[in-house]
Amino acid sequence: MSVNNLINNFVVRFANVNGTGSASANYLFAKAVFRMGIFATPKNIFPSNIQGLPTWYDVRVSEKGYLGRREGVDMMVSVNPQSMANDIKSVKTGGYFLYDSTKDLPEAYIREDINYIGVPLMEMCIREYSDPRQRQLFKNIIYIGALAALMNIEFDVLEQLFKEQFAGKEKLIAPNVKAVQLGMDYIKANYAYPLPIRLERRNLIGDKILIDGNSACGLGAVYGGATVAAWYPITPSTSVVEAYAEYAKKYRVDPKTGKNNFAIVQAEDELAAIGMVIGANWNGARSFTATSGPGVSLMNEFLGLAYFAEIPTLLIDVQRSGPSTGMPTRTQQSDITLAAYASHGDTKHVLVFPSTPKECFDLTADSLDLAEHLQTPIIMLTDLDLGMNDHISDPFVWDDNRKYNRGKVLHAEDLEKMSRFGRYLDVDKDGVTYRTYPGTHPTKGSFFTRGTSRDEYAVYTEDSGAYVQNMERLQLKWNTAKKLVPAPILYQEKNKSKIGFVFFGTTLFAAEESMDMLAENNIAIDAIRLRAFPFNHQVEEFISSHETIVVIEQNRDAQMRSLLINELNCNPSKIKSILNYDGMPITADMIVHQFNNL
Amino acid sequence: MTYIKPKFRHPALPKNDLGYTKTVYEGSLSTLCAGCGHDSISAAIVQSCYELALEPHRIAKLSGIGCSSKTPAYFLSQSHGFNSVHGRMPSVATGASLANKDLIYFGVSGDGDTASIGMGQFVHVVRRNLNMVYIVMNNGCYGLTKGQDSATADEGSKSKAGSVNLFHAIDLPSLALELGATFVAQSFSGDKAQLIPLIKAAINHPGFALINVISPCVTFNNNPGSTKAYDYVREHIEATATVDFIPLQEEISADYAAGSSKNIEMHDGSSLVLNKLATNWNPQDRMSAMNAMQQAKLDGEILTGLIYIEPETTDLHSLIQTSDTPLNTLDESLLCPGAAALEALNEEFR
Repeated sequence: MSVNNLINNFVVRFANVNGTGSASANYLFAKAVFRMGIFATPKNIFPSNIQGLPTWYDVRVSEKGYLGRREGVDMMVSVNPQSMANDIKSVKTGGYFLYDSTKDLPEAYIREDINYIGVPLMEMCIREYSDPRQRQLFKNIIYIGALAALMNIEFDVLEQLFKEQFAGKEKLIAPNVKAVQLGMDYIKANYAYPLPIRLERRNLIGDKILIDGNSACGLGAVYGGATVAAWYPITPSTSVVEAYAEYAKKYRVDPKTGKNNFAIVQAEDELAAIGMVIGANWNGARSFTATSGPGVSLMNEFLGLAYFAEIPTLLIDVQRSGPSTGMPTRTQQSDITLAAYASHGDTKHVLVFPSTPKECFDLTADSLDLAEHLQTPIIMLTDLDLGMNDHISDPFVWDDNRKYNRGKVLHAEDLEKMSRFGRYLDVDKDGVTYRTYPGTHPTKGSFFTRGTSRDEYAVYTEDSGAYVQNMERLQLKWNTAKKLVPAPILYQEKNKSKIGFVFFGTTLFAAEESMDMLAENNIAIDAIRLRAFPFNHQVEEFISSHETIVVIEQNRDAQMRSLLINELNCNPSKIKSILNYDGMPITADMIVHQFNNL
Repeated sequence: MTYIKPKFRHPALPKNDLGYTKTVYEGSLSTLCAGCGHDSISAAIVQSCYELALEPHRIAKLSGIGCSSKTPAYFLSQSHGFNSVHGRMPSVATGASLANKDLIYFGVSGDGDTASIGMGQFVHVVRRNLNMVYIVMNNGCYGLTKGQDSATADEGSKSKAGSVNLFHAIDLPSLALELGATFVAQSFSGDKAQLIPLIKAAINHPGFALINVISPCVTFNNNPGSTKAYDYVREHIEATATVDFIPLQEEISADYAAGSSKNIEMHDGSSLVLNKLATNWNPQDRMSAMNAMQQAKLDGEILTGLIYIEPETTDLHSLIQTSDTPLNTLDESLLCPGAAALEALNEEFR
């Protein structure tokens, strides 16, 4: 590979010990790349542990703007002796291995085909800092300083980032800047710098932002008008409600009374969390919860109630690796079947699949509208990779003229004009019926909400005809949903290929890159990015108009493929799978490799 | 049980302060067994709401699953009702209350729904002090599945089929006291004179109010040897005091013997008058309430009446400082921070 290809095009991996403050130092590196106008994709690969186990942090730098993960480490920053043997093996031939040279490396760790850069991090820390915690924290900043010299990170950019990070705690700026300087000075005194793999300032980012999907969901819930959040902590979804709380405290506290225009309850479990959400939505407040797969398993019964009793509900499922507790800090797209048909009986749920932080924001706000419009649960499926890792994203946009769509709700004046209100009467023939909030009118509009069968006036019945009519109306509503859910994104303007890729969620990044790689080998691919279930007519047309369909997804059982086959009139034999379910985000190389072996 | 509920009403039926007759507060025809204690409790709820002249549509009634949880259909037909899933009524009620703090929330549950499948949610709704009336229609058995013992069946109690319960009973009022409940009462479905003032007081209590009502199951648990049978309960009942609830507007006119009565002023200015007080019991002292419950248990008695009250209490809304305006009435103008704030946030992420 020529030197030019290594400018703004490499992967740095940091190997740290969990709980040593390394993630924020490593984020500093990613943010500095971003500030230098270059695409950076950080991935925090962390254990299910608070302190002591190995943790890694990858930053892929890409001039071309590829935001997916890439295998192959060009620069390993190794500060964890526990994982060092394997970390050395993962460096690409010709790559670099930066390590703490306070102690000599064992003979066995020496590879002839990579370059070693020793920086006596611990020794420098012991010399420069007296407080043990500072020694640990500044060790991280010293290696960022070393990288700054080796890879051309602009010093001013780092200094500015410290100023922003420690606004209000200005005392901390100087020691951090000093740590960077220490690292830089050591490199300048001992090594040739900069390296061939390095950064060069560009102007590729425009007005884009760097943010994680969970924060975007929390912010979207504030903008979308959610007033009640009920939740139970679970990795990787916890930061959704934490973000909601942060923004609600910022924007939703009444300046006159000091009281909150929101309510957040940390429930006793996920069952109670979804129960509260259903109770609040029943009573006319927009409400949501966030959880991960194990939580969705617990919420099944309530989801069936919300489907059958027709109560708006927004559930954000930040997926992680299952089954059971699985790998709780690793990513996967493996709750699709669970979410689509959650609960017993003939139930099915509207799913939405955001791919980027911007879509997390938009689809959270939109789903609050959609849930009330359709009076049914909306399950938003993100994943750990999107939710917890920072992504470069288009900025958030809001139209101040936008009004919330509260759906078909009758108020006192509407009821006054009516002779008899029928909660489940399909007045508009779209399967979506009118509801009332409790307390609306003294004598009209009350009804009994129940999970048992009922007639159009919400009166309990075991009459077969009334039951079937209701189930068929719910099916009609399902068809109405197809017209309202987020439409898929099609990639087929230029090509008319016989092969169609189908992907969704965070597979977007690797899939787009893989299509470029295949195009370089003159293999044209059409593609569709799914954004919702039920599938609309565009999905059906895309599947039927291609000879071979390849569904790319991050689970073992090809769950989206099954869902397509189950729901659409298509020939299963033409639908192939590309799968990755090792807990790490799928890569373009994986897709191309599996495609070539199909 | 008559199949069709008569629609004819006497034209001279008395009316309450709102001009409503009691029929306005009734529900549809009960489908429970004739003589079921639960129907008496429903009737007591109707009577209480009628006498207090509550706007029926300002009440929301919620329940879980089971015989008891069917009853919200049999009272207050002008109120919205929610028959949710088994053991989960507390969470639905919590969400509903968060959405609109201005309604009165009636939760109706049974001993299976509360003390078994719903125990997790019950203890947490108590500790959150949700402003609601929580009525347990407690018959010690699972009626809808034909009479299995529940977790409140007393140790040694005999079922209709003759089997003896081996396990300790869960005592819900004692548990609620331990959890910090601010209004705890116990009653008997056959004692309307006691139950109605307790329901009224519970409605006026500005926090979580538990009324555990022993409500015999005539079909599956009314046999000799059952400690939840009508005869057994009548023979073993012991009241803490007689109870009168005096709404804010009315003057206390009854004359009580000195030393044996207590007047508790409630949060909204209404009063609870207790007469013929049990010895060594102070309804405003948690320790003495807990002792009274334990002593009754040792004596083989069922202690009924008001057990404990903390008239001034901080409910969930006050604890988490929600707006005085119900959250379900807020719109974009208050909820959405707008485009300019969003652009400022974008800048923070650059």
